[in-house]
Amino acid sequence: MPEPYATFTSRVVPLPAENVDTDQIVPARYLKITDKAGLADALFRDWRFEADGRPKDPPFVIDRPEMAGRQILLAGDNFGCGSSREHAPWALVAWGLRAVITTSCADIFRGNALKNGLLPIVIEPDRHRQLLELVERDGDVELTVDLALGVVHLPGDEDLPFDVDPFSRLMLLEGTDELGYLVAHDADIAAWEASHPARVDTRPAGPAA
Amino acid sequence: MGHNHLPMPPSPSARTLVEKIWDDHVVAAEPGAPDILAVDLHLVHEVTSPQAFEGLRRRGLVVRHPERTVATADHSVPTTPRSLPILDALAAAQVAQLETNAREFGVPLHGLGDPSQGIVHVIGPQLGLTQPGMTIVCGDSHTSTHGAFGALAFGIGTSEVEMVLATQCLLQRRPRSYEVRVDGRLAPGVSAKDVILALLSKIGVGGGTGHVFEYRGSAIEALSMEQRMTICNMSIEGGARAGLIAPDETTFAYLAGRPHAPQGSDWDRAIERWRGLPTDDGAAFDRSVTIDAASLEPMVTYGTNPGMGLPISAAVPDPKSVGDPGRRRNLEGALAYMDLRPGQPILGQKVDVVFIGSCTNGRISDLRLAAAALEGRRIADGVRMMVVPGSDEVKREAEREGLHEVFRAAGAEWREAGCSMCIAMNGDQLEPGQYAVSTSNRNFEGRQGKGGRTFLASPLTAAASAVAGAIADPRNLPGIETLAAVGGR
Repeated sequence: MPEPYATFTSRVVPLPAENVDTDQIVPARYLKITDKAGLADALFRDWRFEADGRPKDPPFVIDRPEMAGRQILLAGDNFGCGSSREHAPWALVAWGLRAVITTSCADIFRGNALKNGLLPIVIEPDRHRQLLELVERDGDVELTVDLALGVVHLPGDEDLPFDVDPFSRLMLLEGTDELGYLVAHDADIAAWEASHPARVDTRPAGPAA
Repeated sequence: MGHNHLPMPPSPSARTLVEKIWDDHVVAAEPGAPDILAVDLHLVHEVTSPQAFEGLRRRGLVVRHPERTVATADHSVPTTPRSLPILDALAAAQVAQLETNAREFGVPLHGLGDPSQGIVHVIGPQLGLTQPGMTIVCGDSHTSTHGAFGALAFGIGTSEVEMVLATQCLLQRRPRSYEVRVDGRLAPGVSAKDVILALLSKIGVGGGTGHVFEYRGSAIEALSMEQRMTICNMSIEGGARAGLIAPDETTFAYLAGRPHAPQGSDWDRAIERWRGLPTDDGAAFDRSVTIDAASLEPMVTYGTNPGMGLPISAAVPDPKSVGDPGRRRNLEGALAYMDLRPGQPILGQKVDVVFIGSCTNGRISDLRLAAAALEGRRIADGVRMMVVPGSDEVKREAEREGLHEVFRAAGAEWREAGCSMCIAMNGDQLEPGQYAVSTSNRNFEGRQGKGGRTFLASPLTAAASAVAGAIADPRNLPGIETLAAVGGR
């Protein structure tokens, strides 16, 4: 069960590349786990290390010493496209990230992120460009993410509003999850099933008599 | 068949195929909340399910409908002979965990050694589990494949796998609709793979985000079921979670008599229901795009996402011609990774490996096309060619038809079923720097092995390129006019 999503202030990890796919976020060879252990090390693995295992020189952005502890990723358009692997948000969260600011997120990634306390913040391209310029001018700029108000506070009392699905916002703020909501609707599910016969039977013997 | 090509005024009561399926599956819709959507069929594999089963254990929950759930091992399994053990300890543990979970929770499993084992998106249709009008989910983005039957099928994450195991439901917002109209006739040597790569090069990898594609038009109606699956499979590469094609006589003929398809009077009732599914005349789509089938060439990708595709006679684009700085950097990065020069023809680019297989192009008709192109020929010296059937049944059928002998005589490897080099987590992979022509679905950096470079293409283009040792145009294959009819189904 995730923690309630509280307002926080952090510096920014800039990664403005477009169409970053989930194979880059966690390469497939790290998907052979049966739990969620070790994923912070797998994060962006092939962008961080050479084929022989040496760290890249200069280091990939998340390995720069000043990036340690930062909780906001400033990403490019269509972040998280490709594979449905939930290992991608698991790894981003395991590294310490709590929000991804971008101009659009892939659908499956967005859903996976919201279920793991990682907030996708989608803003207009113009505002995204301004924010990127701000971070390029001052790498230590601090942003405050306030989910309850739906704004990112910028320095100088400027607010950047963003939209989040209201149901997802409620789930995040309360630290509850969708499975609990579904289980609480068991009576609705049972009633629907009573009036809708199964479409298929997966058992090898075929439909039971 | 209600295909009316005259423009119709939008009608408020007219619904699309997706809207009909959605309305049929809404369990509850509370204000402010997403719809609770019932799931008819849940497909499970070893990679994205272990944490979901563990979640059930932790919460003390059971699988609500094991008889609407089916599991197989495909992603991490070796494609070496089944008599050999799984050498990778992590992969072996993951496959063993799937077997334990299936047994403990009562989920039917087509594991290694089962005659129905195979890639999850190949065995669903093959067993007749995939049917029109259904909602189908799987912890795999290529679940969109099943949309070829007029089912609403989409990939989900592991948290959602746990939800569906526990409740047979999901929380979902209604998607927007995107009409993809493909009219006209495909030229010989141009196939379903080329249609979807052409769409992706037109709209980009994020073009369909928030939408569900519906593929329509005379070129789509003329396709076999397996070709339709190839197109729907790659909907996710355009950002659409699902892509559908209305069920028709081709769909019904494919399904009739399959093990889990309805039988007898159930079949007649099912057909009657399925005939009501196609999009009504006058139904409105949120977006629309049109492709002229006759104008398409064989397509091949040159970059590091599936939207970076070209007609095979074209040249690699020049980043200098791209105005948007973000797009330009993206293209520069892709060409640097691929080690390609702006303006170079893609034809003739050297190839080290050719891979035929995957949930995109690992079905029997794909193998028939590749074998027909290789009959009586040898692959070029220095090229490694792997042919990996999409399922154990596809493998048996190919061997009945003698296709494996054609592949072996040509110098290719004939292997066991699985995802293999499409995702390269089972040991089948490229070496750093190698170039592959692959019939799979993703050319992302490192997708087929760290440092490997992928050109996505059709089975015909892949086979022609294996013979040439370089990217080659399948339209120059002898007898190409008749080859297109080889696939069947």
